[in-house]
Amino acid sequence: MDDSSGHCTAYINARLIDPITNLDATGAVLVEGNKILEAGATLFRDGVPESVRAVDCQGYCLAPGLIDMRVHLPEPGGEHKESFESASAAAAAGGVTSMICLPDTDPPIDNVSMVEFIARRARETNVVKIYAYSAITRGREGSELTEFGILSEAGALAFTDGDRALADTLVMRRALSYAATFGLLIIQHPEEPKLAKHGQMNEGEMSTRLGLAGIPSAAEVILLERDLRLVEMTGARYHAAHLSTAAALDVIRAAKSRGLPVTCDTAPQYFSLNDSAVKDYRTFAKLSPPLRDESDRLAVVEGVRDGTIDVIASDHRPQDQDSKRLPFLQAEPGIVGLETLLALTLQLHHEQGIDLIDLLKRMTAAPAHLLDMKEGKLGAGLPADFIIFDPNKEWQIDAETLQSKSKNTPFDGHTVKGMAMCTIVGGRHVHSIID
Amino acid sequence: MAETATVSELHPLPRHILGMEGVPKSEIEVLLDLSESYIEQNRQDDKKSAILRGRTLINVFFENSTRTRTSFELAGKRLGADVINMSVSASAIKKGETLIDTAMTLNAMHPDVLTVRHAHSGAVQLLSEKVTCSVLNAGDGSHEHPTQALLDALTIRRRKKNLRGLVVSICGDILHSRVARSNIYLLNTMGAEVRLVAPKTLLPSSTEFFGVKIHHNMIDGIKDADIIMMLRLQTERMQGSFVPSTREYFRFFGLDRDKLRVAKPDALIMHPGPMNRGIEIDSELADDIHRSVIHEQVEMGVAVRMACLDIVTRNLSRNSNGAK
Repeated sequence: MDDSSGHCTAYINARLIDPITNLDATGAVLVEGNKILEAGATLFRDGVPESVRAVDCQGYCLAPGLIDMRVHLPEPGGEHKESFESASAAAAAGGVTSMICLPDTDPPIDNVSMVEFIARRARETNVVKIYAYSAITRGREGSELTEFGILSEAGALAFTDGDRALADTLVMRRALSYAATFGLLIIQHPEEPKLAKHGQMNEGEMSTRLGLAGIPSAAEVILLERDLRLVEMTGARYHAAHLSTAAALDVIRAAKSRGLPVTCDTAPQYFSLNDSAVKDYRTFAKLSPPLRDESDRLAVVEGVRDGTIDVIASDHRPQDQDSKRLPFLQAEPGIVGLETLLALTLQLHHEQGIDLIDLLKRMTAAPAHLLDMKEGKLGAGLPADFIIFDPNKEWQIDAETLQSKSKNTPFDGHTVKGMAMCTIVGGRHVHSIID
Repeated sequence: MAETATVSELHPLPRHILGMEGVPKSEIEVLLDLSESYIEQNRQDDKKSAILRGRTLINVFFENSTRTRTSFELAGKRLGADVINMSVSASAIKKGETLIDTAMTLNAMHPDVLTVRHAHSGAVQLLSEKVTCSVLNAGDGSHEHPTQALLDALTIRRRKKNLRGLVVSICGDILHSRVARSNIYLLNTMGAEVRLVAPKTLLPSSTEFFGVKIHHNMIDGIKDADIIMMLRLQTERMQGSFVPSTREYFRFFGLDRDKLRVAKPDALIMHPGPMNRGIEIDSELADDIHRSVIHEQVEMGVAVRMACLDIVTRNLSRNSNGAK
């Protein structure tokens, strides 16, 4: 509120990376209040006027703030695992300036008052921006549609039943048809639930060794292929979440070449780890969908490289000790990811040679475009949401120092390269280790 | 008389009226012209004529109805026929009789006209193939309701003089609506510009062959419309299966004064009834005598059904004269 007018700040001596315009050059950004006044390579080339406060970016990268389109924020119902405050701190530390919450809260986000509750808690917390999805079906029970039109007007960015697949084909058809009526996006957790039932991890050599019930990789592509038939029938916009298998990516690739309005995302865990991480019954590597075998992992890397994967999101899913320190069968799935999204994704630049700007696009302009958000770009008049980061800063992930209330990460002790030095949301520094 | 001359031009006269699909413009015009003459008759103190004296009309309703059945009953009685109402759901069907058995039983009683309503699409046609009398379709499933389309056309024609070139927006549950189908056929034949306005869940998947414009946004769909036809949303279609809630339906697809502003200033509002006030139509608007012609539609219904009975029984006479 106090950010809307007044002080000007110049961020100078930065390597500007703005994926939407394909800009990667030394330059500056001028912020007035909560908006970007100007950004570009020629700005302040001849110095900054006296009246403007200058922040020296020391040659670090300056890019739009990350938009994490897949965050489990278990408030209400799971405040002991994560709150708006702790999730916001984690996001800020990780360079995430906007996060979109999945509706799998308790009670679920399936009505206008819940969407308004999220908006109110986001305003109260007032660190990073927090948006919400609504459930596709009431109570995420897979049968009755929620009020897409009214919910969308209330601020729901898209519709998804979160970590539950919408299994009923007729309901999915109607959901897609109804969404197409308003041009809204449906996000699916593509996993054939009957085939995945009782499954604990990826079905393969490791599940055989461990004696754990497996989820075949086909569970992903089976539901995805069914959905794509329905997309073809209805013309609805469809997004497949956290893809983890080569087969599913092939299907998306083919669908895109046929011109279907289909997009997908993955999470860093699916291109960083394979199912060997589950060895010794490590419940911190228990995920949904499960970590797949090495060939699937490599396919996910290729999917990012060739653009089949539109978005990289953390799939942040905090679980407290009581939910993880259990026999594998009883342990909850999920890892925290807000603070490691940037660094783990940048490994694809360092180790796989994928362009920095291409990777950033999957976490900025691409999700913004998908969800029709104004964030995710550096441009005059746009929200001053951006990050200053050092792509080469080496650090060791330490679960204990994570801002998130839950510490469930299988990356504890991993050395990564790339760190958010400063996170700016609406012109405010919500995280900074440079000034 | 002028209308007799026109009727005589119809060869052959229809024996049944089962639907509006494929019915030529000339036949529709004859029926509408003939209906006009009955409007006058219905407004007099003595409403009765003797055109159908000695004829037997049976209203066979396999599906509950009050207004349509009453309308057919009055039409028959005002033309002097003996009218019997059968509510079949309450009798034979419960005893396990098939539709064809019921048809044969009724046929054996020598009725002249059966008006039939059935919950299943195609059931009225099946019945018509098994009887020797005339059959009027009073609504079959989600297929056709021809007398409704005719009474709508008559209502529009009296207000707007001509159907040709009028923009008619049909809004609501097109998918399940027999009223919509009959109206689309008739209005297309008469040269009106038909638009369908509904969420995708309430539209059939193939609508191209209708040759009409499809709109998912009601404001676009009723912009500059001359006629706005609202359809009834069945309660069992609400609550999350086809639309999420009645509240959401009204917000986006219900007709209220705000949305109506984009239509032509003299646009008429129609509804086949019975209305769900506050779901597909704002209550105040439904009662606005300057915009709503909903009661006029009911009046035209009796006249149109008289014309239909008149036409099909003329055909019967000719057939029987020729046979003997």
